[in-house]
Amino acid sequence: MRISSRVSLALSAAALALTIGAAQAQEKLRIGTEGAYPPFNNLTADGQLVGFDIDIANALCEEMKVECEFVTQDWDGIIPALQANRFDAIIASMSITDERKKQVDFTNKYYNTPPAIVAPKDTDIAGVSAEDLAGKTIGVQGSTTHSNYSEATYTDSDVKLYPTADEYKLDLINGRIDAANDDVTVLEEWLATEDGACCKIVGTITPVEEIHGPGAGIAIRQGEDELRERFNAAIDAIRANGKYKEINDKYFSFDAYGS
Amino acid sequence: MSSTASRIIETMERPPAPARQWTGQRIAGHVFMGFWVLAALGLATFLAGAWDSELFARYAPNYVSGLIVTIQLVLISILLGALLSAPIAYARTSRNKFLAWPAYAYVYFFRGTPLLAQTFLIYYGLGSFRPQLEALGLWTFFREAWYCAVLAFTLNTAAYQAEILRGAVQSVPRGQWEGAASLGLHRFQTLQKIILPQALIVALRPYGNEIILMIKGSAIVAIITVYDLMGETRRAYSRTFDFQTYIWAAVIYLAIVETLRNIIDWIERRITRHLKR
Repeated sequence: MRISSRVSLALSAAALALTIGAAQAQEKLRIGTEGAYPPFNNLTADGQLVGFDIDIANALCEEMKVECEFVTQDWDGIIPALQANRFDAIIASMSITDERKKQVDFTNKYYNTPPAIVAPKDTDIAGVSAEDLAGKTIGVQGSTTHSNYSEATYTDSDVKLYPTADEYKLDLINGRIDAANDDVTVLEEWLATEDGACCKIVGTITPVEEIHGPGAGIAIRQGEDELRERFNAAIDAIRANGKYKEINDKYFSFDAYGS
Repeated sequence: MSSTASRIIETMERPPAPARQWTGQRIAGHVFMGFWVLAALGLATFLAGAWDSELFARYAPNYVSGLIVTIQLVLISILLGALLSAPIAYARTSRNKFLAWPAYAYVYFFRGTPLLAQTFLIYYGLGSFRPQLEALGLWTFFREAWYCAVLAFTLNTAAYQAEILRGAVQSVPRGQWEGAASLGLHRFQTLQKIILPQALIVALRPYGNEIILMIKGSAIVAIITVYDLMGETRRAYSRTFDFQTYIWAAVIYLAIVETLRNIIDWIERRITRHLKR
């Protein structure tokens, strides 16, 4: 009895060592994302992460032959969490901006879609210029390129900052705000749902280079040039081998990569 | 007079104070104090070293407006909550079940659930009942995030304040009521002139705590788009990614709480003068 228990202990220890060895062979990469920004990254009712960002991340990891693990993190704290080594890369529709570049490094863009203004169907807002929206209340998610744009552009409007996109949508439905500013694909995704039936796109905004940047990129800690180059190569590879198009067509009717 | 007294009782020198020993506790106390002083100095040097006049010029006005929002919100809620807490405390101690039970349920709910959830429910939850609220003519009130915040905070603090008030009134011995009754004082007069002055001494510290908790609790209000001190801090941080934005917020909160603590100490010294020996 005693001998057999020793043997089984030794066997299980050996098995454990083998498993660890196998896990080490496959490099692990932790990807931080928000999980509240459909159709790019979103938590389903049963806690699964889904969306364009998630599919792209999985495709990139497959291309780079690494194992990926997702970590969800509130938007406000996502850059500090990357710096604190809670994860190794942010794939969360983060626009490449100069302010953020002082804190993190970015890969090349992996998509670029224009921002837009959404409003209730019976709105009298005719366009997306500052004059069109003067005197109106505009909702936007805080700490985003869209909030930076709205606060800089719509100076004659009341710009209200919300913690996530979910909350400005609630206030758009109940009429507390007259319009909202976000990425056109995010807004279109929402308009297609039952809740979004209240509203329509008023128009798209021409991106401003200084505010919106060249598009959404993958953020990594500064100085990790090797990882950045691997991501860049992987982005180019999935663009070339049709994997990107496959994912793109699952979500959009146009090429989200932009020109 | 003093000579008579000294003849009866022999004059004695007060015994000398025993020399204070360097006990382990005392040494540990000095070590910890030294640690805190060093931490404070370190923080001050960091803030002085990280001083950025451009950052200050850009965000100081935001911090001031955020601070004003925080103070207004807490002040109005605490005052309205105090008004509301009196009838709740009365109902809570009432022998009438139809008064006591709703008051108990109210306090139970507002003390038992997070302020964050209450604020969220009042703003976004009630916001989804716009047609009903419009029919009642209440939408103009619930439309504004500011009013929703004041309402949520008032309801929350009223529950806590009612419990403070109830506990304080019940801490006054029954003999005080009986004595007043034997003098022929009316119940209300007894409450006003005899019970409350004694109860408020007991209630002062918990009231101070409640105000401090409200000041810190108010930091959640940015979720409903009211940008208070904490909201402005988060906004500044999201533009600069500089941790000193949070340190400045902590210093400001600390300064408010410290001021408040001194005011409460001062009030306590004044209202307990008759208890000093």
